[in-house]
Amino acid sequence: MSCRCRASDPCAESHDTHNQRPAQLLVRGRPALVALVGNPNTGKTSLFNALTGYRRHVANYPGVTVEAARGPVRGGRRAIELLDLPGTYSLAALSPDEMLVCNVLCGRVSTHPPPDAILAILDASNLHRNFYLLSQLLEVGLPLVIAVNMVDVAAARGIGVDCAQLSLRLGVPVVPVVATRPRTVKPLIEAIEQSLGRPPPTARAELSAALRGALAALDGQMREAEAIRVLLDRDGYAEHQFLAQAGSAERLRQLRAALSAAGIDGSAAEVRARYAWVTRTLDGVITRPHAPLVTWSDRLDQVLTHRVAGVLILAAVLFTVFQSVFAWAVPLMNAIDAGFGRLAVLATAVVPAGVLQSLLCDGLIAGVGGVLVFLPQILILFALIAILEDCGYMARAAYMMDRVMRALGLSGRSFLPLLSSFACAVPAIMGTRTIADRRERFVAILVAPFMSCSARLPVYVLMISAFVPATRYLGGWVSVQGLVMLGMYAVGVLVAVPIAWLLKRTVFAGPAPGFLLELPSYKRPRLRAIWQRMYMAGRGFVVRAGTVILLVNLVVWALGYFPRSAATRVATERRAVTEGWDQPRLQAELAGAYLRDSFLGQMGRAIEPLVKPIGWDWRIGMAVVASFPAREVVVATLGTIYNLGAGQSEQSESLRAAIAHATWPDNSGPVFTLPVALSIMVFFALCAQCASTLVMIGRETRSWLWPAASFLGMSSIAYLAAWATAAAARAAGL
Amino acid sequence: MSLARVPLSQPVRVFAVQGSDMAAYRLMEMGFVKGAEVEVIGRAPLGDPLRIRLGDCTLSLRTSEAARVEVRDCA
Repeated sequence: MSCRCRASDPCAESHDTHNQRPAQLLVRGRPALVALVGNPNTGKTSLFNALTGYRRHVANYPGVTVEAARGPVRGGRRAIELLDLPGTYSLAALSPDEMLVCNVLCGRVSTHPPPDAILAILDASNLHRNFYLLSQLLEVGLPLVIAVNMVDVAAARGIGVDCAQLSLRLGVPVVPVVATRPRTVKPLIEAIEQSLGRPPPTARAELSAALRGALAALDGQMREAEAIRVLLDRDGYAEHQFLAQAGSAERLRQLRAALSAAGIDGSAAEVRARYAWVTRTLDGVITRPHAPLVTWSDRLDQVLTHRVAGVLILAAVLFTVFQSVFAWAVPLMNAIDAGFGRLAVLATAVVPAGVLQSLLCDGLIAGVGGVLVFLPQILILFALIAILEDCGYMARAAYMMDRVMRALGLSGRSFLPLLSSFACAVPAIMGTRTIADRRERFVAILVAPFMSCSARLPVYVLMISAFVPATRYLGGWVSVQGLVMLGMYAVGVLVAVPIAWLLKRTVFAGPAPGFLLELPSYKRPRLRAIWQRMYMAGRGFVVRAGTVILLVNLVVWALGYFPRSAATRVATERRAVTEGWDQPRLQAELAGAYLRDSFLGQMGRAIEPLVKPIGWDWRIGMAVVASFPAREVVVATLGTIYNLGAGQSEQSESLRAAIAHATWPDNSGPVFTLPVALSIMVFFALCAQCASTLVMIGRETRSWLWPAASFLGMSSIAYLAAWATAAAARAAGL
Repeated sequence: MSLARVPLSQPVRVFAVQGSDMAAYRLMEMGFVKGAEVEVIGRAPLGDPLRIRLGDCTLSLRTSEAARVEVRDCA
């Protein structure tokens, strides 16, 4: 066996030892790698946490967007590393994401060593279907240990499993566990240790002899499990991978023709054969009550998915989630803002004015603060998502909202991420991980930024309060300003719908695997597991996304700072003398002048011809460019541009007055008319002005193509829509 | 008779799954094989998807997918 370790692998052994047989390798003390595999909803994460003591490190695999995790097993006599692979119902795959489990088990991932053993986790209440995957795992040819989890829940339903009998029939250890009670896990660890180095199980689902012959003919080196996928999954990912790695298409075609002649018509025959084996193997092993007991979980479902009560409860739950992210996060975000503000003040006191001070305050401190300010929203949203998922309610929410989401070309699983986007797209895009179907996940990720997030509010408030008349109808209930605000939110959704539909038809078209969703029994969420998910989400954001966001902020700072020419200062001071400004006025005018003459200002003037058709002048253009990394910056930037100093907010009277009175240089009229104000709002509603969101898109899609496409696409749409809005408003005589 | 038309709370047995595409294959892998006992136990507020008991587990299945599953009465 040739060494598959890279020099950078965290492998302490010298490379000589790797050219020996596996059994000897294990004796040398390298941690054994055990892959934890099973259906979703089997309590796999609980088992992982029970075995590793909640120690979990993300394991990234190249070319896939799903994540796996690794952790050291605690409490055993030897070093074992546990690999938590994504839950799956079968090894059959259509995409690289779905193929990951099979690839990892069969040692097809070049950058990672194959596991030494498999720990299969099954749900005691649901053995029949769980055994389907097990029949495939037996064909991988690795030592195998079976953990039958949630035996307590099964017992409550009157279901008993004879693990000893199963063990006899399969020839592998079968250990009943309750993952949420760590004491039951000890015998499992012992079983794993004993199985390492032993030969793999010989038990097999009896697929036909013709198939077994074809497997050997296909590729003698390939593990059975993978070869079966290549042969039987027509147009599946295994076939694609086989051909991409110089497998013979001709031989594949011949073998398939031979199988057809032998009566094996591909997948259907395999499924039937496997389930026949499952029924035979489980015969007499499971004891059930005479009539199925109605569990409290079923009774809860009658209420929670009820046509009327269920919908009301769902609305209440969603409202709570939305409000929590808004309401609970805001005080924390303000605290962070205030904290960093104070830090900046401290910096100005300590560091003399100049480049260093500005870099420190406006670049670094503002940049880091700008990253950390997202943490409260991310942590709160992830905590709530974790609670809803763990208790099982998330699946019900997806089930109830599916019909509505179908109009967008999405499914019920996209509902919560898209709803969360109205608060902030960054954690919402992270939350799309719950969407199993890759195509749908990508569409949800790309459409999420269209939902008007909280950062767009300052722009809406400023423009609406300055330019939209405050008339009210229906005795004060309906205000025009409120309607316009609602209209801005609607703009995002109205654009998102056709975009999602278009993406689903073109770029992300493909066989829809359908919306087959398991509704697991309700259970109490574990606090520690939720805490862990919060922590991992937060840490992932700060470390991975945060560094890039900080970098972008620094670049924008530099563009807005340099060049700080003496000529500008001299000219401004001369004006100060002739017009008799006091110190604060001089400082504000100076800041404005520096900004106008900076690279950013030059960019604003350069694009003025581009924005003139909409009716914007270069100041608006510059503020828009400056707000590309983070749209909330626009209000403060406008304040600086209009020489009011940087401390302006959307509520400031002076800023409102300043923009209301701004005129074109040739005095041909005011710059900010109602059509212009509407076009600015529409632009902000639709444009990708958030570096944090783009970075997050890049992170979740594992490519830079999608953030680039999102940026270009959204900016183009925003530009066209802004132009159309201004033109339409002018035509309507507004 | 297709699963989509089965009345609520009437246990039936799967006879076959129409089609030989990936969607049909996934249904079969989940347990919709000949002889499996299945029951429609609820419908979503807008009538779609269906809440289905298949063997020991509860699933959500769209009507369009359920229409592919041919069932017979429990004899």
